[in-house]
Amino acid sequence: MRHLLSIADLTTPQAIQILDTAEELSRVSDGPMKKLPTLRGRTIVNLFAEDSTRTRISFEAAAKRLSADVINFSAKGSSVSKGESLKDTAQTLQAMGADAVIIRHSASGAAQRLADNEWMTGSVINAGDGTHEHPSQALLDAFTIRRNLVHGGNDLTGIRVAIVGDILHSRVARSNVLLLTKLGAHVTLVAPPTLLPTGVEEWPVTVSYDFDDVIANVDVVMMLRIQMERMSELFFPNAREYSHYFGLNRDRLKKMKPTAIVMHPGPMNRGLEITADSADSARSVILQQVTNGVTVRMAILYLLLAGVQELGVQG
Amino acid sequence: MSLALPAPDMDRAITRISHEILERNSGSENITLLGIPTRGAHLAARIAAKIESIEGKTAQCGTLDITLHRDDLRLRPPRALMPTTIPSLGVENRDVILVDDVLFSGRTIRAALDALGEIGRPATVQLAVLVDRGHRQLPIRADYVGKNLPTSLSQIIKVQFTELDGLDAVTLEEGEA
Repeated sequence: MRHLLSIADLTTPQAIQILDTAEELSRVSDGPMKKLPTLRGRTIVNLFAEDSTRTRISFEAAAKRLSADVINFSAKGSSVSKGESLKDTAQTLQAMGADAVIIRHSASGAAQRLADNEWMTGSVINAGDGTHEHPSQALLDAFTIRRNLVHGGNDLTGIRVAIVGDILHSRVARSNVLLLTKLGAHVTLVAPPTLLPTGVEEWPVTVSYDFDDVIANVDVVMMLRIQMERMSELFFPNAREYSHYFGLNRDRLKKMKPTAIVMHPGPMNRGLEITADSADSARSVILQQVTNGVTVRMAILYLLLAGVQELGVQG
Repeated sequence: MSLALPAPDMDRAITRISHEILERNSGSENITLLGIPTRGAHLAARIAAKIESIEGKTAQCGTLDITLHRDDLRLRPPRALMPTTIPSLGVENRDVILVDDVLFSGRTIRAALDALGEIGRPATVQLAVLVDRGHRQLPIRADYVGKNLPTSLSQIIKVQFTELDGLDAVTLEEGEA
């Protein structure tokens, strides 16, 4: 595989290979060997046409730990804000010799378009496209779940995950549903009906409108950010009512299984979907997710860029 | 296909290498064995077990994956990463003995020296291999050799360990010329 555009494109062995590679690379991040020569001389462009802190910095840190050269390119302050098309931008990057482009875009399918049109010869990595997918986030979430809850075994068989909140606008939820079910986990979506996408009954998940009914039975509670910037209409009466029914707070935290963990892809709206004490509790692995993000992205870059051929071939 | 080292000879070679390591380093006090996965790691474990039975105390033994330091990454499909485990005393100021099954071009060992340099600064680095088949492409030699086996480039050396392959043997196969 040349690109990472969607979790739907990955086979289960390929997904597990990424997690296993990340596992070995985590020893590098944890140990004294912070920097590796593996991608020396490769140029990676971070093309971010939408705001992002952790994904961009995480990809940048991952690329730098593998000794690649990183060029950061954000829409603000570039010709994209003057109306340059994706095609012209891609061809410019190609002319500069980019080996890979990591793209974040507000339009669903932007990464796919970049990859399909052969405007450039390098790899394309989807770092979030509109409300479609965010594959590297799902991979780091699966990695975090595996590290915390799976002992022996390389997939997530038997793990029960609740994804709670704004499913409708969430590319993180889409990628996670695809990946976690592919790895054998059981996913329950918890949200008010207004924040569930149409056609959700076709997804391989259980849907619930009652958070309290679900919380005691799951191993992972994954809270999603309420995406105010994508909301053009009213999806719930007010923030207080949303928090009351779908927010994670101290009372709900107490109902969780003793071993269960709390996740959030960030950035958090503290006080809305998650209270500050829940986010900072001992169950929270939110900062681990950030650390693991770098490792998993190193694995993705290694597998896409270090060799010449397909992802999934064992050496 | 010919049998270059049958199981008893392989065991004798490992015993001799273990004695040589102890002789050169005046005992096992300061040595750390690091095997290069996959088969180098098994060989290192064998040598460590021998050293323990000779000296009567445990030897420091670990593994060192060199994949991320290879110079041929761009020429092949991506390789799966193998575990790196550094034993408790680390490598700083230790006499580190790199262990691999076959010494051929020397490129693996160059990568291993780079990988080791990232972890720390050993007092000395030595190299133990079960088979030296010649055809070096870099100025590298082994300190301890189980068997020197002159080969042609088309031949294939196969090292087998009971743990992995069900038997101990080194065989020489004719490849396609």
